Amino acid sequence: MAENERRRPPSPSAQAAETLAEHVVEIVSDSGEGAQKCGQSFATIAARMGNGIWTVEIIPAEIQPPARSVAGASGNRVRLGSGPITNGGDAADLVVAFNEQVLLGRIAANELGPGCIVLLESKWEEDRDPAIVASYKKVRDELLEGGYRVCEIPMEAECLNHVADARRGKNMFVLGLLCRIYSMELGLALEQVALTFAKKGDAVIAPNQRLVEAGWEWAEANLDIRFQIPATPATETQLVMNGNTALGLGVMASGMQVCAMYPITPATSASHYLSDVFQAVGGVVHQAEDEIAACTFAIGASYAGKCAVTITSGPGYSLKQEGIGLAVMAEIPLVVINVQRGGPSTGQPTKAEQGDLLSACFGSHGDDPKVVLAVSDIEDCFYSVIAARKIAETFNTVVVLLSDASLATGQQPFRRPDFDTHWLAPPVDQSPIAGDAMPYDWDLQTGLAQRIVPGQPGGVHCLTGLAHDRSSHIVYDPEKNQEGMRSRSLKLASLQKTLKTPPVVGDQEGELLIVGWGGTKGAIQEAVERVRADGHRVGSMHLRFIQPMASGIKDAMQRFGKVMTIENNWCDSLDDEMIDEENRRYSSLALLLRARCLVDIDCWGETKGQPLRPGSIEQVIRAKLS
Amino acid sequence: MAILTAVQRLCRDEKLPREKIVFVSGIGCSSRFPHYMNAYGFHGLHGRALPVAEGIKMARPDLNVFVNTGDGDCCSIGAGHWIHAIRYNMNMTVMLHDNQVYGLTKKQASPTSPIGLKSNTTPRGSYLDAMDPLNITLAGANVSFVAQAPDWIPELLYEIIALGFRHRGFSFIRILQRCPEFVPTMLDPWMQDPDNLRLLDHEDGIRLSPNLARTYRNQEAHDPANIDRARELASGNDGVPIGILYRNESVPCYEDVLKPDGLMPPEIVGGRLEAEFDKYTVKPAE
Ligand SMILES: Cc1ncc(C[n+]2csc(CCOP(=O)(O)OP(=O)(O)O)c2C)c(N)n1
Repeated sequence: MAENERRRPPSPSAQAAETLAEHVVEIVSDSGEGAQKCGQSFATIAARMGNGIWTVEIIPAEIQPPARSVAGASGNRVRLGSGPITNGGDAADLVVAFNEQVLLGRIAANELGPGCIVLLESKWEEDRDPAIVASYKKVRDELLEGGYRVCEIPMEAECLNHVADARRGKNMFVLGLLCRIYSMELGLALEQVALTFAKKGDAVIAPNQRLVEAGWEWAEANLDIRFQIPATPATETQLVMNGNTALGLGVMASGMQVCAMYPITPATSASHYLSDVFQAVGGVVHQAEDEIAACTFAIGASYAGKCAVTITSGPGYSLKQEGIGLAVMAEIPLVVINVQRGGPSTGQPTKAEQGDLLSACFGSHGDDPKVVLAVSDIEDCFYSVIAARKIAETFNTVVVLLSDASLATGQQPFRRPDFDTHWLAPPVDQSPIAGDAMPYDWDLQTGLAQRIVPGQPGGVHCLTGLAHDRSSHIVYDPEKNQEGMRSRSLKLASLQKTLKTPPVVGDQEGELLIVGWGGTKGAIQEAVERVRADGHRVGSMHLRFIQPMASGIKDAMQRFGKVMTIENNWCDSLDDEMIDEENRRYSSLALLLRARCLVDIDCWGETKGQPLRPGSIEQVIRAKLS
Repeated sequence: MAILTAVQRLCRDEKLPREKIVFVSGIGCSSRFPHYMNAYGFHGLHGRALPVAEGIKMARPDLNVFVNTGDGDCCSIGAGHWIHAIRYNMNMTVMLHDNQVYGLTKKQASPTSPIGLKSNTTPRGSYLDAMDPLNITLAGANVSFVAQAPDWIPELLYEIIALGFRHRGFSFIRILQRCPEFVPTMLDPWMQDPDNLRLLDHEDGIRLSPNLARTYRNQEAHDPANIDRARELASGNDGVPIGILYRNESVPCYEDVLKPDGLMPPEIVGGRLEAEFDKYTVKPAE
């Protein structure tokens, strides 16, 4: 084919595209075959077309799973739609699989929706190993019997027409296929490939662009599947990133200068990102010898005047708890980010769960009132870090920020922020302390005290984690201990007075109120909307501040006949034979709300390691309403 | 308390403004030290003094950071931090108050307790040989200053702490300290017979005063640059070494290596943020 011919845009397909409001697409391969990059690029192209997107990373359970294994599926789920997309949706509508084994993994996880279209690499049918051929045919035939539409595609063979190493090029061929199927602009796709490989230069960009074109042309010539998801072009510039990058950017934007961490999935990528960019704005990322050191290092840095952050997940959070108690007791500002993963113990490291709410609120020993905030989408990851730093420094306390594995790797567009100098921390105050000022001069009304930082003349004192009086002297006097406890507790009430009641979305009164927190927001709101569409009167409320909790929540609950929480953590089901009202273990938020509001609150939760699906929530709501 | 006197004198002699000094400690009897100094102090968690001190130094290299720690605090619960603190080599002076017993919790064996020590947890005598903090430190990656001082020879104690303070890097000083409450006689053999101590004298270290030279005749001209001899000395076969065992000024400090590119004004932070946003920006298709 002559060069100029190859570059010619393909002729418009005779096949008319079916218009859809949204679709869920999955791309799965063995790890290392690039399905993740394919999915990310596809999502970004869709976002640039003006579609709403939400991506969910499909992560293999093992670090280096064997090729062609059920547990080895690696890839990406992209949900794209005409309007804003707030969650990963239900089962997939179209799946691209690089072999039938990774597909089996998705089938086992119940990820293929009814009638799902499967684009399957066909090379296995001619494999030299008869076992592989047999397995391929078996899976294909079963899918066909199950009513799925299977398109067998010679991905590797087609790639070999353009590059020598097909294993590394298949993903771009598939990207081309998908762009054609979903009526994306080819030019935009090629541009995106150029951006993706910008660092690697033309020698890498050109062949990858050729593969995208080849995929496009193959789809044009051989596939009659055409979809169109009309875009609502964004009116403002958007950023597309995952939650951990947003957390890292938030740290930068908050004016914090020290991030101390110890690697743990799924928190680590936030500190990877920061390691790359933080130093240039005057920050450092310290990789400590363990989480205890990371937390206490951050405490040291904060004590010395620079608010510090420590980022971790599950088991790492447990180790930090003694330090967190110290920071609360000694009133040192500290931001602790917990990107939750499945637990307990090492649990499900790469999987989504919201299991750490109660340990965030009450984890340390003794009474250690601290602030707990939960982020509910990617944009929130960015702004909440800024808020957390501010609260930590205003109230001289610990702010725990809860994210989770699904937000960590999920991508979503949000409005590009306008930088505001108020985000940044003020410079360290080194002005002399007047006369007889005390380090814990607790205000009787608010519990707040001035913050004295080493280097300040006149402020010299010895801070201690032991019970202390206003001068920071160790006390054995019961009244003095009581005074310190009261002051630290009062700070939460002072913050609480500034919080706005979280809005109720959907019906403002009616049959059922759903309460949620964290990364389940989009799925809950979508499920509520589906039920409301049938005339049910349901509302939802999503909590950002868990501790302290804004006022007005109880009032909202009382406007509804029933209340239940939907959480990605464990709760006993009353359908279980052993379980009754007396022994039921409630979901974390349900437990907190029951205690706080004295309302009969039901709960539903799931710990399958997956983000909650709107479809599952919808079923739960319908059951509750019936 | 001899250590207190020595350190107070040091702060005075070095003319350190009190607000520029931070004493950091963990938990234990020795960890009360910061409360007795008229300077900033941080009395935190058992075993965690070192990472706190590192955080302080990272954020504020202008502060003079001292750490007071016990043998349980440093060598047991905080051992992981200790090994790594040697490796980070941040500029701070660490005093290990080694009384070879857990004091605050009322007499349990510590990792440095000699074999046979009867304590509440070893009523039949401590079973294990004592851990040697000097050799462990000398074996650490990036080790830059190791010394040993007795709390009963004030003159030497002061000089050793002062040299440690002036060394730029992680200065580790093991101080042999008696616990008058639980094991008052533990160090008696070393105190009563001067020949049991081996005093190190060198022009690059400490020059023994004529008075000391007369009392302690078990002496050695030890060059603090010689790490092999330092390790041999630390083993104690020639007597308990007192003085500067090892010093290396050329080991880089972590706070110099992992330095932020200056403290940047809001415009710069804003500029960098915008540049990062650019990387993630999707402009709608025209
Ligand atoms: C996590 C934790 N474990 C145990 C303790 C109890 N504790 C306090 S001090 C101490 C031992 C102190 O021994 P050492 O460090 O040798 O100091 P000394 O009191 O002898 O000076 C222990 C075990 C504690 N405070 N925290």
